[in-house]
Amino acid sequence: MRKAFGPLVGIVGVMFVAAPFLIARAPYESTMGLVQKIFYFHVPSWFAMYEAIAVCGVASAIYLFKDRPDADRYAASAGELAVLFGLMGLVTGPLWGRKAWGVWWQWDARLTSALLLELIFVAYLLVRKYGGPGSEKLAAATAIFGAATVPFVYKSVDIWRTVHPTTNVVPTLKAPMGGPFAFTSLAFLLLCFVLLKLRVSLARRQAALDEMYLALED
Amino acid sequence: MGFRRVMIALTSVVLVSCAMLAGVSAAALTMQPPAGQSEFVPVETLPPGDQLPAAPLLITAYAFVWVAVMFYLWTIARRLNTVETEMRALAQKTARR
Repeated sequence: MRKAFGPLVGIVGVMFVAAPFLIARAPYESTMGLVQKIFYFHVPSWFAMYEAIAVCGVASAIYLFKDRPDADRYAASAGELAVLFGLMGLVTGPLWGRKAWGVWWQWDARLTSALLLELIFVAYLLVRKYGGPGSEKLAAATAIFGAATVPFVYKSVDIWRTVHPTTNVVPTLKAPMGGPFAFTSLAFLLLCFVLLKLRVSLARRQAALDEMYLALED
Repeated sequence: MGFRRVMIALTSVVLVSCAMLAGVSAAALTMQPPAGQSEFVPVETLPPGDQLPAAPLLITAYAFVWVAVMFYLWTIARRLNTVETEMRALAQKTARR
């Protein structure tokens, strides 16, 4: 895996450099025009957030029930990435909405639930940082709760009537739009994976440092 | 007679309430947001006037993604550097003992 990591970083870099060219060649959407091209970064950033949340939720469950420290490192790293990619979605969305809907924000089911999901993972990080001894377990429970809300956030546009496009948009994309979208989605998922590996390696070094301090005290 | 008046009054209240509720419901239904799009339809060309106002929003969105990723990478590098420095200092301390 270590040997493959360097080339993987290179591939992700090339994909992100190539993405704007593919997006520029993609056709305009009939009602929204140019601004709809934010879609090619906006939706993949949510996909990457869901990927990070899935890792965080599963790793938190493993840590909570099996008490494996490395699972906690994965959970903490993925929690940070969930906030990072969620922030991208929350910033790029209103930029798109300003032109498409005429407003920066609507308190509808999708936007509000997405904001709450982001806040759950901000809370996860705050609990870890300021919760004191044993806060990892409390944070792990928060992460599982956060992961359980993802299906509701995803399906909110189908369940409630909102201004946000439905989940039917992506499966029905025509090939000239679907190609660049698949490409940028893959780029974001790989970027999330690369950042996760980097952040986990940092967490492992921090754990090693803590062990050194403990050994020194003994 | 008294019972009949009470019944008439109650019936009137119920009817008026129902009418008001129906009015409010109808108003609420008309205030619902339009349904979200279920399909994106591609087009070949776009009037230049429609393109210009959207460009700054599009560029800002892409730039934000890049800046966010770069900032996060910088924080990882900074934290890693701090940990490595502390580890080296501790290793030296242990060696001196």
